This record gives sequence, structure tokens and C-alpha cells, in this order.
Amino acid sequence: MVPHTLRRVMFRRPRAAGAAAAPIETRAALPSEEKGAEPGLEISPNDPIVPYFQSAPGAVELRSLELDSPALEQMRAQGITMVVPLVTQGELIGLLNLGPRLSDQEYSPDDRRLLESLAAQVAPAVKVGQLVREQEAEVRARERIEQELEVARLIQQNFLPKELPELDGWRVAAYYRPARTVGGDFYDFIELPEGRIGLVVGDVTDKGVPAAMVMAATRSVLRAAAQRLLEPGTVLERINETLCSEIPPNMFVTCLYGVLDPATGRLRFANAGHNLPCVRSGNRVAELRATGMPLGLMPGMRYDEAEAVLDPGAQILLYSDGLVEAHDSEREMYGTPRLTELIGSTAHGERLIDRLLGSLQAFTGGAGEQEDDITLVTLRRSAADHVQLDEFNLQSEPGNEREAMRRVERAVASLDLPAKRLEQLKTAVAEATMNAMEHGNGYDAEIPVHVSVAAGREAVTVRITDQGGARSIPDAPVPDLDAKLAGEQTPRGWGLFLIRNMVDEMTVSGDERNHTVELRLHLGGGTDADDTL
Amino acid sequence: MPTTRFESDVRLEEGRSVIDLRGDIDGAAKDDLTAVYEQASEGGATTILLNFAGVEYINSTGIALIVGLLGRARAEGRSLAACGLSDHYREIFQITRLSDFISIYPDEAMSPSDTERS
Repeated sequence: MVPHTLRRVMFRRPRAAGAAAAPIETRAALPSEEKGAEPGLEISPNDPIVPYFQSAPGAVELRSLELDSPALEQMRAQGITMVVPLVTQGELIGLLNLGPRLSDQEYSPDDRRLLESLAAQVAPAVKVGQLVREQEAEVRARERIEQELEVARLIQQNFLPKELPELDGWRVAAYYRPARTVGGDFYDFIELPEGRIGLVVGDVTDKGVPAAMVMAATRSVLRAAAQRLLEPGTVLERINETLCSEIPPNMFVTCLYGVLDPATGRLRFANAGHNLPCVRSGNRVAELRATGMPLGLMPGMRYDEAEAVLDPGAQILLYSDGLVEAHDSEREMYGTPRLTELIGSTAHGERLIDRLLGSLQAFTGGAGEQEDDITLVTLRRSAADHVQLDEFNLQSEPGNEREAMRRVERAVASLDLPAKRLEQLKTAVAEATMNAMEHGNGYDAEIPVHVSVAAGREAVTVRITDQGGARSIPDAPVPDLDAKLAGEQTPRGWGLFLIRNMVDEMTVSGDERNHTVELRLHLGGGTDADDTL
Repeated sequence: MPTTRFESDVRLEEGRSVIDLRGDIDGAAKDDLTAVYEQASEGGATTILLNFAGVEYINSTGIALIVGLLGRARAEGRSLAACGLSDHYREIFQITRLSDFISIYPDEAMSPSDTERS
């Protein structure tokens, strides 16, 4: 009564719905010791026998079956006479295949009932087994991906600079944060002859280990070429030739390469399709343009070279698209305008990076995973002696001293004054501007007050000029609060007193037409200890 | 920088009044500041607490206005206290010696209430 062969054929169903059109690979999943003895069976998903078995009420005798089915022919050839479909929750997950009975008699109704009952119990168990196996395969795949990402991270970390270059008169800062999937960002500083330094920021398309490998290769080629060749455009041409023959056809590298002479601030650069660097000088923010195709796409490319001079006090930002292409929850992009605006209102190396990251965090809301690597490199040139930071005119109208405070605060942002000193300077500027508008220009809106802000190594200087002509500072009594409260002095008369107490020096000059008050605030004065009142 | 209009509110408490000041204290605040002082003294408060927490800017004219208020309060037998000043304006209160006549507290919560003082 027990069939002499019991063959189990399991279907491995494709998981993705989109793959349904591809032939389903159904193979005999047999214990290994049986593999030699039991031939496998492949059933195409289009085979009409699949829906037939799926909807069959129970055991199926193959002899009487009439179907145009390659699988049916194969089963008959293998001597299978009866099939009990294993169906659970409407899904055909396998077959119990039986050959003829040893006695050569037909299977009895009892046999069929036994087999059907067996199939009903086996089907869910087999399904559970299949699910467990799929689950295990998924876990293994995930672990493999994580391991790969770890390798990619290690490669990348290993090839990024371990320390920042120390350049006389410059402040260098860098920040790199990989996305979880590890993009191919890189940056580098290359020491060159005559004190010059090569600046590199690049991005390899693709992610993970392949991108990290290409990044490492690009960096090595670039380092070698930079030592031999002077011109940034020629360096990029050389790297392009090498990469074209060596990297996979679907990959390429964007890269900005510049050579900076720290002594003069002269920067010669070429750009292979990378984000444009931003330079802030005074209150102007400009992008540095030079055109060129990404590296590794096509041989024979030429790269334009351009030159910029970073003035004392100027700052340059090199970055990758991970910043400007970050999205907020509404899928809006961070974008370059937001970036340039932020640079315009900041000026300091480390602080610019902090502000950019803060702004990015506020923009993305910290929600979701970081989409791509983020790389930021800043170089700020120290302000030399008496560098003009800003100059402007104000109409002589009440309240405009606030505008003077705001402009001066912005102009001296790069000097990193302690908060207390900055507030002192602002108050002195406000009072001197009010005096100029009132006593010099008689609050005539048509007559401007001119303000200029300059900085040297020792001090910041603000000159406030009205058109009231030369005049000596009135020899007003030092304000005495007791006398004022006793009604012996006017409650007013605090302006000059405040100015003298807020800044380190105040000098007055003038001619027939102009009257200038110069305020000097020593840099390095006002320690942190002074900050606590 | 656009100027911020001066605004104020008065809270009458037992024995004292609190004036919440906001915006710029400069020449333009003169009339409002006088009016709010008078409102604060109506209940016969012996102490008036000036809360500067919402003040961004005080210029020399504003200092003169505060001196004026202080003189008037002393003449009327009231004491003035201040809270919520930034470090910078606290320094200015010290330089001008206003802090010799006006008790300064970091914030309103740390200023003694009338019941605590009595």
C-alpha cells in the first residue's frame, strides 16, 4: 500500500513580482544523500500543469491527464504515475511524486486518502521550512553587505588625510562624514615644491567597496601626477587618461584640483565636473568656475584652468554634493543658493563648517538617513594689517545707528572677537554714529555718515565720518550719577562716556568739511575671564 | 538693522509692580516709558522691577531715560530693581553706576518677591 517511491519536488518561487516572466527555477530539493538517485524536475512557471496542480482537489493520476505540458512529459519519463500537489494557502509549494505500486496494482481510494491527508499536513511544514531558509539567506546577504560597507569605510578612512596641513597665515579645517552606504568622497592636501600645496576634493560615482577602491586609486594617481606636473589642468588630464583605461565603464570621478601658494593667496585650479568652490572675500561670495568633464568617462579630455587670489581675510570652501543635494522631508534640495547665503553671513574656518552642519541638520530635520557622503574643506587666510573689511554710508536718520552696528558686526565676523568685546564695539559704534548723525549732520537725511571698518594684526578700527567739519569734542563733565539724581546735572550726556569705556582708543580728526571719530579695539584684549562680570 | 519698537506691560503685584520691557530703549521710548512708570506706581508699589529680558538695545539716550526714572522713583520713595539684563548691559549699568542704585537680579524668578522681602 505504501508507494515504493516518494519524490518531493519543491518549487522555488521568485520573490520579486517583476521577475515572474523569467523562467521559474524549480529544482529538486532533496536531502544530499538522495541527490544522486533522485533526478530533479524543472517546471516552467508558464507550464499549464502549474495552475492544474494548484487547483487540483487532491492526488492526480498522470496517466489520464491530457495537457500540453513539458513537465508532464518529463515526469512520465521519470516513471511518475501519481502526483499529490502540496498546496498551502492557495500556493503550490511542492509535489509528492509517486511511481507505480510495487504490486503494480492501482492506488486504492484508501491509498489516495492517506496520501492526501499526508500532503495536507506536510504542505504547511514544508512552507515553514522554505520561509526559514529564505530568512536565513536574507540574513546572510545583509551581513555580507554590512561587511562590505565596513571594508569600504576602512579603505576610505585609510586614504583620507590623517592630519591637516599647517600653513603660515592660514587656518585649515576639514570635515568628512560617510553615508551609511559609503559614497566615494575624498579630499587631500598634497605638499608641493616651494611651499605650495595641492588641494583636492572629489567624488566617485557609485557606493561601497567599488567606489572606495576607485577613490583610493584616483588619490594615488593624483598624488603621483601632482609631484611631476605643475599645472592643475594637466594633472587632471593625466588622471583622466589613467582612469579611462582602468575603471569600470559605468563609473566616473568628479574632482577639483587646485594649487595654492599660501604666501600670495594665488590659487590655480581645474575642475573635472565637481561642485564649484565658494570664496568669501569681504562681503562678497563668489563661485570659482573652470570647466571640464568628470574623470574616467572619455579619453583625450582637456581641462580649463582658472586662477583666483584669496585676499587676506578671505575664505574658500571646497565641498561635495552630499551637502547641496541633501533633501528635507518635502524632498526639497538644500541647494547652492542656501549655501552661498550661509557663507556670506559667516566667515570663519571651523565655525563655517559648524554653521553648515547646523544649517543642514535644521534643513533635513535630522530625519531619515544621510543620503550621501558629506565632505567640507575650508581654508581661511588671516587678515593682514589694515585690511579694509567694509565701508558704507548711512542716511542721518534716527535709528540708523542700529544699521551701523549690524554692518560692523558682520564686517568683523571673521575676527572671532569674544562676545563681550563685540558688544562693546557695537555700543561704541552706535554712540559715535548717533553723535555723527546728530551733532555733525543735524539729522539731515540727505547728508550721509560714512563708516569704514578695517582690521590689522593688533586692532580693529572703525572710522565714523560726518560732514560737520572739524570740531573739538565738547569738554562736557564726566557724568556723575549722584549729581544727575540730585538734579545738578542733566540725565543725559552718556554717549562719549560710554564710547571711552567700550573701546581701547578713541581719536578725533577733521578738516573743513569732515569730522572723523576713530574707534580702536585691541585684538587679544578681553580675555574669557573678563567675560564673567 | 531695523529698529524694534519699544513696548511694555505692567503687572501689579502686592507691594510691587513689574514692568516687562521689550524692544529698543532709545529716545523714541521716552513717552511710553514715562507712561508705563506712572501706571506701575499707581497701586502704591514700593518697588518697581524693570524686566529687561525682551530688550535688545539700550543707547545713551535710553540710559538717560532710566536715570530719569530712577530719580523720580527715589523722589517718590520707591526703589527700582532690574532683571533680565544681558551681560553687556549689566556691564553698562555697572560703568554708569546705575547698579549702585538699582538692585540687579539675573531674572525675575530670582528677584525677591514682596512677601519674601517683608
